[in-house]
Amino acid sequence: MTHAERAADFLLDEARTDWHDESLWQVRGKRDTIVHAIPEWEALRQLGSDIKDNVLSNLDTYLEQFERQATANGVTVHWAKDAAEHNRIVHSILARHRVNRIVKSKSMLTEECHLNQYLKQQGIEVIDTDLGERIIQLRKEPPSHIVMPAIHLKKEEIGQLFYEQLGTDEGASDPQYLTEAARQHLREKFLAAKAAITGVNFAVAETGGIVVCTNEGNADMGVHLAPVQIHCMGIEKVIPQAEHLGVFTRLLGRSATGQPITIYTSHHHRPKEGGEMHVVIVDNGRTEQLGREEFRNSLKCIRCGACMNTCPIYRRSGGHSYDHTIPGPIGSILSPGIDLKKHGDLAFASTLCGSCSDVCPVKIDIHDQLYKWRQMVSEEGLLPKTKTIPLAGAGTVLSHNGLYNIMGKAARVALSHAPRVLVYNGMNPWGKTRELPEVPKESFKEWYARTHKSKF
Amino acid sequence: MSSKRNILERIRANKPGPRPLPALPPDPLAGAQEQWEATFRAVLAASKTTFITTADLPSYVRGFEDKTIVSTVAGVPGNLDPHSIADPLQLAGVELAVLHARIGVAENGAMWVSESEAVHRVLPFITQHLILVVKRDDLVGTMHEAYRAIDIQETGFGVFIAGPSKTADIEQSLVIGAHGPRSLLVCLD
Repeated sequence: MTHAERAADFLLDEARTDWHDESLWQVRGKRDTIVHAIPEWEALRQLGSDIKDNVLSNLDTYLEQFERQATANGVTVHWAKDAAEHNRIVHSILARHRVNRIVKSKSMLTEECHLNQYLKQQGIEVIDTDLGERIIQLRKEPPSHIVMPAIHLKKEEIGQLFYEQLGTDEGASDPQYLTEAARQHLREKFLAAKAAITGVNFAVAETGGIVVCTNEGNADMGVHLAPVQIHCMGIEKVIPQAEHLGVFTRLLGRSATGQPITIYTSHHHRPKEGGEMHVVIVDNGRTEQLGREEFRNSLKCIRCGACMNTCPIYRRSGGHSYDHTIPGPIGSILSPGIDLKKHGDLAFASTLCGSCSDVCPVKIDIHDQLYKWRQMVSEEGLLPKTKTIPLAGAGTVLSHNGLYNIMGKAARVALSHAPRVLVYNGMNPWGKTRELPEVPKESFKEWYARTHKSKF
Repeated sequence: MSSKRNILERIRANKPGPRPLPALPPDPLAGAQEQWEATFRAVLAASKTTFITTADLPSYVRGFEDKTIVSTVAGVPGNLDPHSIADPLQLAGVELAVLHARIGVAENGAMWVSESEAVHRVLPFITQHLILVVKRDDLVGTMHEAYRAIDIQETGFGVFIAGPSKTADIEQSLVIGAHGPRSLLVCLD
């Protein structure tokens, strides 16, 4: 199935699509309000972008420095070249401590590596503790947004889910009530967990520590109560020095949800007394993306989700329609690099309006990259026939002046007289949900020649 | 080849040419020091945090005296000494924690609490209600200044706290008290 087909399914429920669209647009609005209150916002974005450029050009030395410092701090650092190795490393730590149940806070990397499924196969129960993540975990669904994983669900659906699985009152859907139920349910899990896993927002090379940002406090509840803490990070999460956190913490919360900062910005440097702290550094295709000059900027992403909230396609097609861990514009430039054949169509899930690039806090040229991926898809011969045939035809017509004139005239005649089925069929996906504009009697060229005759 | 060597070699082969590390600007709010307290208060109020005066603090805390109170602030007595506890799980019943915060950030209301102030890392999270005491003189303008004012690795753990625990994961409705404290009170000393 293509993105367009999955989006079509999402669009079947028009009221729900509008609701989804408006929910995200509201978040975009909150972002705008708070960003406009910072006069130096554009300079701050530039700083964020420049620091990340410096990171990419020194990624090897920063990672080595991070490992050295972290090791000196008493942290165990692991390196994983791919998802399978990441999963094996996490499992081996848990197996050594005979842990069979863990709590986990949000981590897009562990989603990408399918850690939950892997650990389940090894007989380890994983409890996602972010409220949105717990909801979709109970529903056996992937997240539809990287910051708001359950943004696609209505409170009534969550109420029904909690009634069935957590024993809340039937028909209750008040968010306050449902959140309280989840709090009680998850507090038990926190108190019983022997190991906790989190993602990493930033890793500081200079100090060998990692930073985790949440609003709920779930990452901290897990990590500080469990004797073993494991933090999983992609290689691109490292930043040079502590002072650079000043730039990124100013950018992240504002861009993500329109907050001045996340409620908790936690800095972990050493294991707690009697505890163990592990950091797993993961490649899983990132070094390959680093080598793609035109696409390496995608590695600067700080996972705020602003590009999703603003995207007219994402808002009207939902995160699941992307069929990739990271949906939306940023996901559409990350995923083709992993599997061009499977995800190449995501490069077309965009109007190329550029709004994603405008809101990106680290100035990733997202819409330019989408355009470049389209060219790659075409060069690799992966375009569907519904695109290649019309494009080849258009190419011939547009490069021959006489042919262009004849075809223009023919089309005007044909379109005004042809039966509907000839115009609106499978070869015209554009016409599936749209009407063609009314056909003019003459072309612009003809009109110009007629009305400006004297000036020729 | 070890995965570490493999990854580092691939990075060396694929990374872009040198790019300079930019110099960071001075604190953008440094010139507006007299407005810091007002901004600090306004931002925290917007994230559902309330304020209490030093004079009112002891009587407010006494209101919790039939429940478990941990306090490390002089003049505000608690009824559980956090230093007497070995296992953080023993803090599961704490109703109120009163702790010092090292600095407060005007632009976003964030307050730095390290392991030295918290005693147990989980305390500011596991308590049902939290009071942070921060000195007026310890306010700074923005996060740039905040990171210059603290040493993030001075203790094994430190956190910026900018409100009570919250979530909006159900239909974007704001709910206070997701996993951490259900309320945050700030006392500007």
